[in-house]
Amino acid sequence: MIATAIAFYLFAAITVASGFMVIAARNPVHSVLFLILAFFNAAALFVLMGAEFLALILVIVYVGAVAVLFLFVVMMLDVDFSELREGFLQYLPVGALVGIILLIELLLVLGSWLISPEAVGVAAAPTPAIADVDNTRALGRIVYTQYVYLFQAAGMILLVAMIGAIVLTLRHKPNVKRQVIRDQVARTREQAVENRKVEPGQGL
Amino acid sequence: MNEFLVAYGIPLAIIVAQSLALIVAILLVTAYVLLADRKVWAAVQLRRGPNVVGAFGLLQSFADLLKFVFKEIVVPAGANKGVFLIAPLVTVTLALSGWAVIPLDAKMVISDINVGILYIFAISSLGVYGVIMAGWASNSKYPFISALRAAAQMVSYEVSIGFVIVCVLMTAGSLNLSDIVEAQKTIWYFIPHLPMFAIFFISALAETNRPPFDLVEAESELVAGFMVEYSSTAYMMFMLGEYVSILLMCAMTTILFLGGWLPPIDIAPFNMVPGVVWFLLKLFLVFFMFAMVKAFVPRYRYDQLMRLGWKVFLPFSLFWVVLTAGVLVGFDLV
Repeated sequence: MIATAIAFYLFAAITVASGFMVIAARNPVHSVLFLILAFFNAAALFVLMGAEFLALILVIVYVGAVAVLFLFVVMMLDVDFSELREGFLQYLPVGALVGIILLIELLLVLGSWLISPEAVGVAAAPTPAIADVDNTRALGRIVYTQYVYLFQAAGMILLVAMIGAIVLTLRHKPNVKRQVIRDQVARTREQAVENRKVEPGQGL
Repeated sequence: MNEFLVAYGIPLAIIVAQSLALIVAILLVTAYVLLADRKVWAAVQLRRGPNVVGAFGLLQSFADLLKFVFKEIVVPAGANKGVFLIAPLVTVTLALSGWAVIPLDAKMVISDINVGILYIFAISSLGVYGVIMAGWASNSKYPFISALRAAAQMVSYEVSIGFVIVCVLMTAGSLNLSDIVEAQKTIWYFIPHLPMFAIFFISALAETNRPPFDLVEAESELVAGFMVEYSSTAYMMFMLGEYVSILLMCAMTTILFLGGWLPPIDIAPFNMVPGVVWFLLKLFLVFFMFAMVKAFVPRYRYDQLMRLGWKVFLPFSLFWVVLTAGVLVGFDLV
């Protein structure tokens, strides 16, 4: 037990500290790197709770893919942070508003989870013992049966977002020469090479 | 206090000892695999390869190690020093930590976790950070371009590797690497999943930035890739990390498709041989394929690389996932 507690406080402390550093770091790239550290320690907290599947999915999806793109964008955009800091007070009310709304929503979700009779019923549903099913299996059983419509809806939302992003960025400019692999492969020697006999002193 | 020591101290000591033994073994194997890589490359080009240090050049890797260690680490003036020095450490640590869940034989694994395959997938997807951090922190043009290329390449090929893994774990019905190997007792998965085997092998080449996909360090256009500004030990750590993760990918291929530690035929002379020997033999076979590909396949163009990943491998492996699921459910094999 003591070892688990020590591990919990270690990971939790690093998560909070790196979360703070995300907003405190001078350099935006450092911010993203601290964000990655925070993700990683959150995954470690999941492992401590016995949710190893969620932990690794968190690492694969957020750290392995999303944060890479984040880092990509932050590295490529040359963000001038002193300029951003000047506008800090100007954006503070809006930012605070968004933060407060998010906090209230989270509290509502948590509160209704504790109070509403339906949620209590769901929470009281028998959870299979860890010895019987590993948590990948347990999650699969619930997500693909009871919550299959919600799962599909989440998938649809992501698909719409993906198609939207493609539609917004895909442009076919008429005068840009594109490489068509099919044409390149289909090209024969006769089309590409010509053997000419060159007379000395004449040139082509 | 005494109980605490017995409860935690002894298991901890055992884990540390096992990990150290494994790391030393991996580093030794890496040293000789590096040599083998150079020798194979040389043989294809009708050269002799390293043959001066030790008999047949057997000590070449150790001579290189000493040479790197005794040189000075140069940090460029405009570099972001902290990130610059952390990057090679990240690369090596991640590459080595993947080995914690690799079963070398039945029961011969440091951590036999339920989601072993996801763990390796997660660790190998983190490998890109070493490259990006190195490229950015160097504060130099070529490393930066190279790091961007590398990140795009590694993220792209992870997708198809993910689908290949999904196919295998559906067939095996488990995320545990030992269970996946045990499930191949009847047939090794490279036979029913032959196209996936090919895709995994090619994606592994791209994921580890091996030729023909070594656009990350294409010397004809990018000097030497993201590690241009690195010297001595830091450079050596990138090299080491690269080869250890190549070995990790070879081990993954062995476990997912070539039956891990299982003998080819389960009869008398073959199943007397310890599983580790079979595992290592298969691993070296896969590595030999890696080395041969490096020797005789020309480098891809970057747009061809991206096309192969997104337009060929991704749709095909997605199709294969659906097909596998269909066959498993249709023939009631689940």
